[in-house]
Amino acid sequence: MRRMLKGLVKPFTQTAGLARWMLVAGLILTAIFVICALFAPWLAPYGFAQSSIDGVRFPKVAAPSGDHWFGTDRLFFDVLSRVIWGARTALEVVVISIVLCIVIGVPLGLVSGYYGGWLDRILVLIMDAMFAFPSFLLAIVFSFLLTGLFGGSVLAVSMSLTAIYIPQYFRVVRNTTVSAKEATYVEAARAIGAGDVVIMRRYLFGNVIQSVPVLGTLNAADAILTLAGLGFLGLGIQSTDAAEWGHDLQRALADAGSGVWWTGLYPGLAIVFLVTGLTLLGEGLNETLNPTLRRRRLLPVVMTARDDDSTERGH
Amino acid sequence: MSRAGSGSLPRYVAQRALLVIPMIWVILTLVFLVLRVAPGDPVSAALGDKLDEHQLDLRREALGFNKPLIVQYWEYVSAVARLDFGTTYSDNQSVLDVVRDNGGATLSLTLSAFVVALLVGIPLGLIAGRYRDSFPDVLIRLFGILSYAAPIFFVGFLLQIYVAKPLGLPTSGASSPITAFTVQPHTHILLVDAFLSGDGTAIVDVLKHLLLPAVTLGLLICGVFIRLVRVNILQTMQSDYVEAAEARGIDRIKVTWRHAFRNALVPVITVIGLQFALLLGGAVLTEATFNWPGLGQKLVKYINLRDYGAVQGIVTIFAIAVVLISLLVDIVNALIDPRVRY
Repeated sequence: MRRMLKGLVKPFTQTAGLARWMLVAGLILTAIFVICALFAPWLAPYGFAQSSIDGVRFPKVAAPSGDHWFGTDRLFFDVLSRVIWGARTALEVVVISIVLCIVIGVPLGLVSGYYGGWLDRILVLIMDAMFAFPSFLLAIVFSFLLTGLFGGSVLAVSMSLTAIYIPQYFRVVRNTTVSAKEATYVEAARAIGAGDVVIMRRYLFGNVIQSVPVLGTLNAADAILTLAGLGFLGLGIQSTDAAEWGHDLQRALADAGSGVWWTGLYPGLAIVFLVTGLTLLGEGLNETLNPTLRRRRLLPVVMTARDDDSTERGH
Repeated sequence: MSRAGSGSLPRYVAQRALLVIPMIWVILTLVFLVLRVAPGDPVSAALGDKLDEHQLDLRREALGFNKPLIVQYWEYVSAVARLDFGTTYSDNQSVLDVVRDNGGATLSLTLSAFVVALLVGIPLGLIAGRYRDSFPDVLIRLFGILSYAAPIFFVGFLLQIYVAKPLGLPTSGASSPITAFTVQPHTHILLVDAFLSGDGTAIVDVLKHLLLPAVTLGLLICGVFIRLVRVNILQTMQSDYVEAAEARGIDRIKVTWRHAFRNALVPVITVIGLQFALLLGGAVLTEATFNWPGLGQKLVKYINLRDYGAVQGIVTIFAIAVVLISLLVDIVNALIDPRVRY
């Protein structure tokens, strides 16, 4: 338990200056959206597809006011409510797709890297081809296919995101496995008679899984953008099923010509803030967990009193 | 990683070109697997509400859907080898014609976006890297993150409201109808055609239409260039030869310019190739935002029509374009940097 806690604060204690600031800012931004997502029913003034209250219809494309802080859109929806509910949709999609990525990508990479041979070659070839392909186009093709099968649901969109990120998990895990399986401790484990499954589960897994949090956070940022992009093209989730920022922006674009800014500005800002938060978080984690990028906090060498920041130039 | 041995340029090019074939083959197979083997009937998806059951059967037969999968696969791959990318199901056009008519618009959009990205990204990256951890560095890095975090259509939305409206810039299409009517299509690239016609107003009109979409798409990838140039500057500034030059007492600005900047720019060329994939995806969204008559918008149109034939053909062409561009970039790289060849 203590070790776990220590591991959690490690990124903070081992960073200084800009890196720490980035990490904290990212954490705060992300936390705000996670809170919005979890408590959407209590935080949002109205439902995401609610266009009237007590039988009275909301005004259409009304500017921000006391009743509707962020205004209303052309479907009579309350923009603030849709922004808050949108956080829930985004979180759902991201969590499902990343969990699927880990559940499929990590074992695949482990097995492929551990056994090698023709299975490894074929998998690497397929994953490389998928990786070389423009990821957004891949997402479009998969969502074209999956929404045909499952309708425009959260699950279908999550699965198309999974398809585009799996190659990254596969690559990272496979490459770490390939180098880790030659390590002395693995050899030692084999010498005392550990089977393949045991070696993979107990010795390699812990090693390999370390790069996943950084990858997951950075992918989450990208996934938010891809989800919004699909929504913008009308290939994602339908607006009556869930609030989705990208799809709301598509409707907002039609009003841009007449100077209506509130229908697009708020969902757009929500995307920017969440993606920025996740990116900062991922970069911050990367700088602390990745030893080649880490710049440790150095103690002042000069005897006179100085800020920690001024010592950063040390090698 | 390959041990070419001699390290001569022609040999490297030949080896690299040979690798293109299996790469394209794998991607073709993937496209086929995803679009053909997956359940769902393309013909009734595209035409189900227009034709009756008998006519649908005839269409299926004409398109070869009654044949075994392996035969369909062979026909698809060999057709692509003959540069036949099939026809669209919904309006029975040759995919190659669709690409010819719309590819030019996508090409001019992506190329001008590259120019914007390089013009913005490289100077900012150089400044950020040269003055690490200073205020400009923090600002520029934040800008880099924001330019990536802001979705294309949101940037486009903001530009349309806060820039295009006050300045009276066009936000839809590649030209005004008059220009499209007067300029003769020679190359199917409107900008080139406008220049060929020598008509001043047409050129200005086309450039005006191009401005906002190019800026929108360019901002998306300029963040990548900022980061890359910045990191490279940091690395080269720490390298021994820069230190040696400094130790000899050469002026700091001269060192930065002649030794650090130049070498830091080499990897940019590699990354340009990698960014092409991102750019193609971004182009789809930019085209939808600005109603740009390019290939991406066609793709979205055919997807909404559930036209498997068109989607398969366009995606195949996109895939081949990506692979060929990466080949081109590798060759250019080998020309510039001799280390690559070995």
